[in-house]
Amino acid sequence: MEVLLFGIAKDIVGKSQLQFLETDIIPSSVSELKKMISDTYPEFRNLSSLAVAVNSEYASDDVPLNRNDEIAIIPPVSGG
Amino acid sequence: MVDKKIIEIVDIIDTSQVFTELSDAQSGGICVFIGTVREFTQGEEVVSLEFETYKKMAVKEMDKIASDAMKKWSLNKVIIRHAVGLKEVEAPVVVVGASSAHRDACFEACRYLIDTLKETVPIWKKEMFENKTVWVSAHP
Repeated sequence: MEVLLFGIAKDIVGKSQLQFLETDIIPSSVSELKKMISDTYPEFRNLSSLAVAVNSEYASDDVPLNRNDEIAIIPPVSGG
Repeated sequence: MVDKKIIEIVDIIDTSQVFTELSDAQSGGICVFIGTVREFTQGEEVVSLEFETYKKMAVKEMDKIASDAMKKWSLNKVIIRHAVGLKEVEAPVVVVGASSAHRDACFEACRYLIDTLKETVPIWKKEMFENKTVWVSAHP
């Protein structure tokens, strides 16, 4: 499982993606992923908002995650 | 059949294309909004802006916004084009617009296009000042 990181999320973690190995325990849902990265990188808790995309669609907290999903952390957007 | 929606993420925006792209025999009006790089933000001088995107998702979200606008108003053509990369002061960074038979529809749609883009499309803007950089809207 890979988790893509953009904008300030990339700066907080210090790389553009997080890798979970075959043997790693993966987060089972969007809310678990959010908790996991906020526990590991507490700076995420200071952001205005934190969203997750699963297969390039916004996903609510209860959406389950699978190893072959494309997952992305979406910090507050600021286009335009 | 000509494309009714133009959805793009590009490196450089050519603002002179948009009239031709939205022009349509059934339309009596075209409304366009162009977002550009402002020199000062809250009294501080911005050197440049850097835009980053999750392109696959951004294009999907932009397409949804264009389709929603076409459902809400009677529009003939819609464009949403956003630039990425490093942009200097005065550079165009986003173009949205619509053409319609009468002006009310394209005026209202144009505002909806840019307002919704700012809320949902995964694009991130970093302000580069003389001695610091700031991800816009990241913190409350």
